[in-house]
Amino acid sequence: MKIEGNELIISGVVATIDRDNIDTDQIIPTEYLKSIKKFGFEDYLFDGWRYLDEGKLGISKNDREQNPDFILNQAPYDKATILLTRDNFGCGSSREHAVWALRDFGIKIVIASSFGDIFYNNCFKNGVLPIKLDKNKIEDLFQKMSDSSVDLSVSLDSKKIFQNENELYSFDVEENLLERIIYGLDDVDMTLKHKDKILAFEQTRMKNTPWIFSND
Amino acid sequence: MPKTLYDKLWEEHHITTLDSSESLLYIDRQYLHEVTSPQAFEGLSKKGLSPWRLNANIATPDHNVPTERGDSFKTENIKDEISKIQVTELDKNCNKFGIKQFDITSINQGIVHVIGPELGYTLPGMTIVCGDSHTSTHGAFGCLAMGIGTSEVEHVLATQTLKVSKLKNMRVKFNGEPQEGVTSKDIVLFLIRTIGTAGGNGHAIEFAGSYIESISMEARMTICNMSIEAGAKVGLIAPDATTFNYVKDHSQLSEEEFEDAMSHWTSLVSDNDASFDKEIEIDVSLIKPQVTWGTSPEMVVDFDQEIPNLDFVDGENKRNFELAKKYMGIEENQKVTDLKFDRVFIGSCTNSRIEDLRDAAKVVDGKKVSEDIIEAIVVPGSGLVKEQAESEGLNIIFEKAGFLWRDPGCSMCLGMNPDQLKPYERCASTSNRNFEGRQGNLGRTHLMSPLMAALTAVNGRVVDPS
Repeated sequence: MKIEGNELIISGVVATIDRDNIDTDQIIPTEYLKSIKKFGFEDYLFDGWRYLDEGKLGISKNDREQNPDFILNQAPYDKATILLTRDNFGCGSSREHAVWALRDFGIKIVIASSFGDIFYNNCFKNGVLPIKLDKNKIEDLFQKMSDSSVDLSVSLDSKKIFQNENELYSFDVEENLLERIIYGLDDVDMTLKHKDKILAFEQTRMKNTPWIFSND
Repeated sequence: MPKTLYDKLWEEHHITTLDSSESLLYIDRQYLHEVTSPQAFEGLSKKGLSPWRLNANIATPDHNVPTERGDSFKTENIKDEISKIQVTELDKNCNKFGIKQFDITSINQGIVHVIGPELGYTLPGMTIVCGDSHTSTHGAFGCLAMGIGTSEVEHVLATQTLKVSKLKNMRVKFNGEPQEGVTSKDIVLFLIRTIGTAGGNGHAIEFAGSYIESISMEARMTICNMSIEAGAKVGLIAPDATTFNYVKDHSQLSEEEFEDAMSHWTSLVSDNDASFDKEIEIDVSLIKPQVTWGTSPEMVVDFDQEIPNLDFVDGENKRNFELAKKYMGIEENQKVTDLKFDRVFIGSCTNSRIEDLRDAAKVVDGKKVSEDIIEAIVVPGSGLVKEQAESEGLNIIFEKAGFLWRDPGCSMCLGMNPDQLKPYERCASTSNRNFEGRQGNLGRTHLMSPLMAALTAVNGRVVDPS
């Protein structure tokens, strides 16, 4: 993220994966969910497609047999900051590790026609911006990317996508979610500002529905 | 204004509106397991916080646990060192914070979505979360239950609340009587096939209709469990007499508490004239046993139907189908019944409850697992399911037939424990996801009901149940 003029801009190379319904098991297989850490998942992103051999937690990409046909193993896409894909990206398991793997690899924006609900939420907790565009715009972007590598710039202020200086599309995202990415806000801290309201609610609930608290 | 069941649950738990899109909801229950909790506990510790309401949380290890344990097995006996660290971490965190855990030595240990209802921790009208997408299972009790990420697990531990946007309402009515050999698994697979894996995105799906009213809690849990495969993180069913009887048998509530609760629970229904953003009606009498052929839970056919021929598939799906067929090793003009199977897995949070095991045992009784099958395993969902099944002699039926009878856990639903497919092995599985590599690197998964999986074990192939 950098400031250009008055605008917050994320820009970089776009990697494309032309598939619908990419599930979180593809983004990061279960083997790597055995980690108890929150960082260090970059080498396991799209593991099943990125490597020809089977991996284990702790084995780095340099000790693996990389699949030369997979886009993230090819320059300049190995430095991609934007991922373009199709429909229902991130469906399936709730694993936040999927977003951690994208983030650790360096992906800051995922553009798709739709997202799995839980994945979409998880993105905003980790500084990854999911952008939803209509299917025809996604198709158009795929066309633009088909011949050679393309850099895109995304303005978080105007919510617009640019190629070179040309505006391609604008997109919608809830302001409060976007702010979480811009300022790196922590949800727990923000929610604890409502501590009194939560306590008062809880007291009333204990009175009205005591059975909920029966094992307390 | 008339309200849906989801609207009512939302309002009952609504603390405050935060901004244009999000509200703060009170969370009654959180289930924890070893995979998605360690980073949440670490975050809590770093902030110097402790759980807001300790007893709202119930923990058990399930994803990593080996299913061949036998007696007096402890966490330190787990052979996979990395899995052992994760399970140990759950033990440590539960001890440190004082959270109730049914650990690997407990008779109550099991898959989190099996033990919650069974031990009476899931009650109608609750908000329930867990760092696991199949938390939708608990919606079968008229709960607002959903899977969340690890940051949210930490948030719920710290604040007893969740920041959420309100979902849209969708209702699926299942009417009619199913054909012989058709179970709730077939019904939900048929729904996913019909609306697609993104069909329920952004929606809470309420399941209703005469079929839903007629089925058991176990069958309802199977349907709500897989609402996430239809894209909906929330699936729910209005509680009725079937629900109340189950809760009476399983909860630890006193008679007085139960009666008190009943007066509230009976109000948990969608109002007659409540409006839904989307409504679908399905006649279940037309549904045949369903089997997945591809790598997405929407790639489903009737068991005796031809798998889609690429010549007749349109543009967008063609790419997806081509990749799926290649991965699954399926040739043109094949049916699922033409495929030779290597393994059978009966278990998972979708289908490891007592009724599922009874369904499977019925067709296995007196028969033998086919010689073509390398291994067929039955993994009860919990220690209590295992005990119940053994008291009915189901384990004897399975073992006599050549099945392996295991200890409770997530097992072969996902490749985190020793139960995994080898590359290119084809598995008849009662689990919920047929994603690439889900059951093991390059493994091939076909989802189906316990009855169909048991028949596949006996025949080495998918066969007509009638």
